Order: sequence, then structure tokens, then C-alpha cells
Amino acid sequence: MKKLILAIFLANFLVACASNKPKEEVVAPATTPTSTTTSSQADAQAAADAQAAAAEAAAAAAADELAALKSKNSVHFPFDVDAVQDGDRETILMHARYLATNPKVVVRVEGNADERGSSEYNLALGQRRALNTKRALVLGGANAMQVETISYGEEKPRCTDHNEACWWQNRRADINYDAQ
Amino acid sequence: MLRWIVLCLVCFVWPAHAELSIEITGAGERQTPVSLVRFAGDPLLAQSLLEVVGNDLSRTGLFKLIDPAGKLPHSVSEVRTAEWAGVETLLLGTIQELDGEQLAVRFSLFDVVRNAELMAQVVTAKRTHVRAIAHRIADMVYERMTGSPGVFSTRIIYVNRDQGVYRLVVSDSDGYGEQSLLTSKEPIMSPSWSPDGRQIAYVSFERQRAMVYVQSLDSAQRRLLADFPGSNSAPAWTPDGKQLAMVLTRDGSSNLYLMGSQGQGLRRLTQGYAIDTEPTFTADGKSLLFTSDRGGSPQIYRLTLADESVQRLTFASGSAFSPRISPEGKSFVYSLYKEGVFYIAVQDFETGQMQILTTGGWEKKPSFAPNGKMILFATEVAGRGILSTVSSDGRVKQKMVAQRGDIREPMWGPFLK
Repeated sequence: MKKLILAIFLANFLVACASNKPKEEVVAPATTPTSTTTSSQADAQAAADAQAAAAEAAAAAAADELAALKSKNSVHFPFDVDAVQDGDRETILMHARYLATNPKVVVRVEGNADERGSSEYNLALGQRRALNTKRALVLGGANAMQVETISYGEEKPRCTDHNEACWWQNRRADINYDAQ
Repeated sequence: MLRWIVLCLVCFVWPAHAELSIEITGAGERQTPVSLVRFAGDPLLAQSLLEVVGNDLSRTGLFKLIDPAGKLPHSVSEVRTAEWAGVETLLLGTIQELDGEQLAVRFSLFDVVRNAELMAQVVTAKRTHVRAIAHRIADMVYERMTGSPGVFSTRIIYVNRDQGVYRLVVSDSDGYGEQSLLTSKEPIMSPSWSPDGRQIAYVSFERQRAMVYVQSLDSAQRRLLADFPGSNSAPAWTPDGKQLAMVLTRDGSSNLYLMGSQGQGLRRLTQGYAIDTEPTFTADGKSLLFTSDRGGSPQIYRLTLADESVQRLTFASGSAFSPRISPEGKSFVYSLYKEGVFYIAVQDFETGQMQILTTGGWEKKPSFAPNGKMILFATEVAGRGILSTVSSDGRVKQKMVAQRGDIREPMWGPFLK
């Protein structure tokens, strides 16, 4: 986990550096109208290239990290239970840390339920699952303002067969980064 | 042994998408043998009319339809009772085409055993409303013969979910004459009739979370009633139509609230972390039933509005959901989940005695017909959500299979005034 935090820190740092780059580029052509390449210009160019490459790498790392988070963004619940399970602790912490390091990111936790129950009961159950997932994220370091909750109850099943394998898929809360 | 009568109905008046097959099982304790004689007048109209009346009466399980075998009396004076052995009651009449598109349908109900006319009436309506005329006739025949008002002219509402498209649909009580009130790519839930049958309150996710809307059936106008933070759901009208109870999660957990029909005067009715949902009022408006898991598993409770006291009503093994009170107020129906199966159950308020009415399946969201004789609910056949009814004594069952999509969340509408 330390590595991850370091990577996030570096990524942010590099992105911050990269954001200064356009200024330099605007200034350089104005003071040196000649097309001849001097050694100092070549150095500057090399530095700019290196910076661009680093920024690109950082952006790629950030994208990879977000992709990793998005690919593991569901927590699951036993039947008629709304408490976040121990087995999902790592998933929750991973998202909580990302949110802590990226305070501008806002996610929407979407609670779902299987079809065993009335649709209204399941809407309420999904809401509790979403709220408990939010609490876990906040305990893990996220700011409460970064986490919205919503319930779909049994209305948006991922799987529609009447069996436990299917119900398990539907009894979940998703941490959605693309809802905004 | 159950008798199986399978009726495949193809309607001439309504478009093809309204095609539906209806399957009836079981029969009343006593079935009155009735003969429906084709009415005089346009034969195609007479045929459509009689088919609808026949299906309406059959669905109750209280009547046995006897083929008139070619006999065609159109007035009481033409009936020779000796020809009708085994038949107790005859329906006969004439269809008269008035100017424009109007029809005047004159009918008589005749008691063969006593050789006496039971009733004579005229129903007038537009030619395109032949089904409505037939339902009206069936209502009058049913009332004259059973003493209870018929519900064939009433309407039902439900949600059709078809490949990610949700439609809020109102139809005749037999499932024909569907009209979409709303089409959405986001879920629609919990439609609820206003007591006068002119408005529907429902839950729509069209703004990304559950909010309560109210829509007029006459004008199709609609308004957003509740959009508090969190979920807004399970709307239920008070019997006077002036207020609605609903579930809000604005304060965290799902609790019951009461508000005016224009959204004014919000009052919180329940407290605490438990799920409280699916409110439905008693006829006097002084209390409501609801589903809650405050006792560990979901069960039905009653809340008295005056002092907000709460009393548990169901103690079934398993879980109980979606209560609805019978029109005469003596019992309530609910969906019972037990050992992996949903049943429709009815419980007497006074004795507390519970009776399971169905054989079990994915049976959810029961509601009484306004005469209390039948219960409409959602179930599933071959992986598809369909409408089903059961008589309130559990004897007669019917399944209505629509052509497309899953039918969910039905609710039977009130008598139209």
C-alpha cells in the first residue's frame, strides 16, 4: 500500500509540474526567432521532452490506477444483510485511500438488492447497503462530501435468473466514478 | 380436481399489441349455468360484445357458460323456457346503431327457472367503445346475480419492463386497452391510484434517483411531488385524497412521512434505523399498515396516526411484504416469502387467522379489486413477469400473459364515479 501512496504522490507532483509547461513554450519562440538550434535550446527542448514524457507516464499511471479501482468497485452482501463484509475490506480501503488522496473526486455509491423481497423493501435495503458502504469509505479516509449514495433496489439486476449465483451478483453496492 | 379452461382472446377493436392470453383455473363453489345469446344487430359487433361479456363472467369462476346451440331469442317474449333445460339465466338483447358512431345496446337478463325478467337496461356509447359497453353489461349482470358490484369496468395500473425500457401502463381490468402514461429508460416503481381514480402517484428514477411524481389520467399532466435528498418512494394516498404517505431517506434510514397532496406540511411518522416502507391506509384514514424489519425480519405492522403507536400484525415464519386492506376493511392481503417461495396470503384483522390463497411462485404486490372479490398480483411464468388474479376465497385463479416484457407492480384501481 505504501508504494501505491508514493505513486499517487508522484503522479500528482508530476502533473503539477507538467501544468507549468505551456508558459515556457510560449516564451521560447518569441525570444529566439532564429531557426538555428543552439545547445541551450537543445537542453531546454530535452528537458521539456522529458517533462512531457514524465507527465504522460504519470497520467498513464493515474489512468491505470483509476482503471484498477473501477474494475474492482463492487462489494457484496449476504441475503437481507446491509453490513459491509470483512472480505470486502481491502476493496473499501483501496477506494477510500484514492478518495483521500484525490479530494476533488466524487463517487456515487449505488446500492442494489436481489429480487427476494418487495421492490420497495429492496429499495430501502439497497439504500442501507449504500449508506454502510459510504460509512466504510469515510472511515477509510474519504471525506463524506465525496460520497453520494443512491439505491436501485432490485430494479437494475445484473443477472435475472432465480438462483444464488445470480442473487449474489445483485446483492451489491457499486462505487461509481463516472456518475457525475 | 381443477378444471382448465384456456381462452385465447384476439380482439378486433384494439391494436395487435394488446393481444393477451388469459388462462383460468378453478371454479366457484357453485357455478350458475348462464347462456349468452348473440344480440340482434351487426353480427361482428354482437360477436365482439358477447365475447367480452362471456370472458368477464368466466373469470369470476361463478358462472358456467352454456352454448345457446343456435337458439336466438332477442327479447323476453321470444324465449321458450322449455328449450333451455339446464340453463338458469339468459342474457339477450339488441344492438341498435344510432346516427353518427353511437350504439344503443338494449339487454335483458331472464330467469328461466322462474320465467321472469330479472333486469332490462340500455347502454349507450360510441361504437369504438364496444368493450366498455360489454364490461358495463357484465358489471350489471354480475351485480344482479351476486349482489356485489362488478369490477369489469374498473382499470388497473402496472409497470412493464422490456429490455431496459420501463413503461407505466393503465389498462382495463382484463388487461386490454393498454395506454402508456410514461416511458423511461430508468426504473418506474410503485404506481398508486388516488381514491377518485383520476391520478396516479408513482416513483421514477428519470432524474437518477427515486422521486415521487403525480400524474393526472385525464390530462396526462404531471408534477414532481417529492425530491428530498435520498430516495423518495412508496406513495400512498389517504382515503380523502388530500394527503399522501411515503418513504423518505432524507434523514438516513427509510422512514414513513405524511405530506399534503401539493407537498405541504411534511410530518415524520416513524423513527429509527429499521426499514419502514409500503404504507397503505385503512378506510377511515386513521391508521396505516406498513412493512418493517424492526422485529428482525420484514413483517406487517399497523401505525395509528393519532398517537403514532405501532402494533405488529404478522408473525409468519418467513417474511411478509406489501400489505393492502380489503375494501370492507376486515382483512388484509400481503406477499409472504417462505422457504424460497412467494405466496399471496390474506389475514383477518380480528382473529389474526392467515390463509395462503395461491400455490406459490414469484407472487408479489397484491391488491384487492374494489368489490373485494378478487386480488390482483404480479407473478412469473416461464421467466416472464405477468399479471395474475385469485378470488378472495382462493378458489379461482387466472393468469394474463401479455405479449412483451415483464409486468411488475400492479395495482387495481377504484370504482369510477
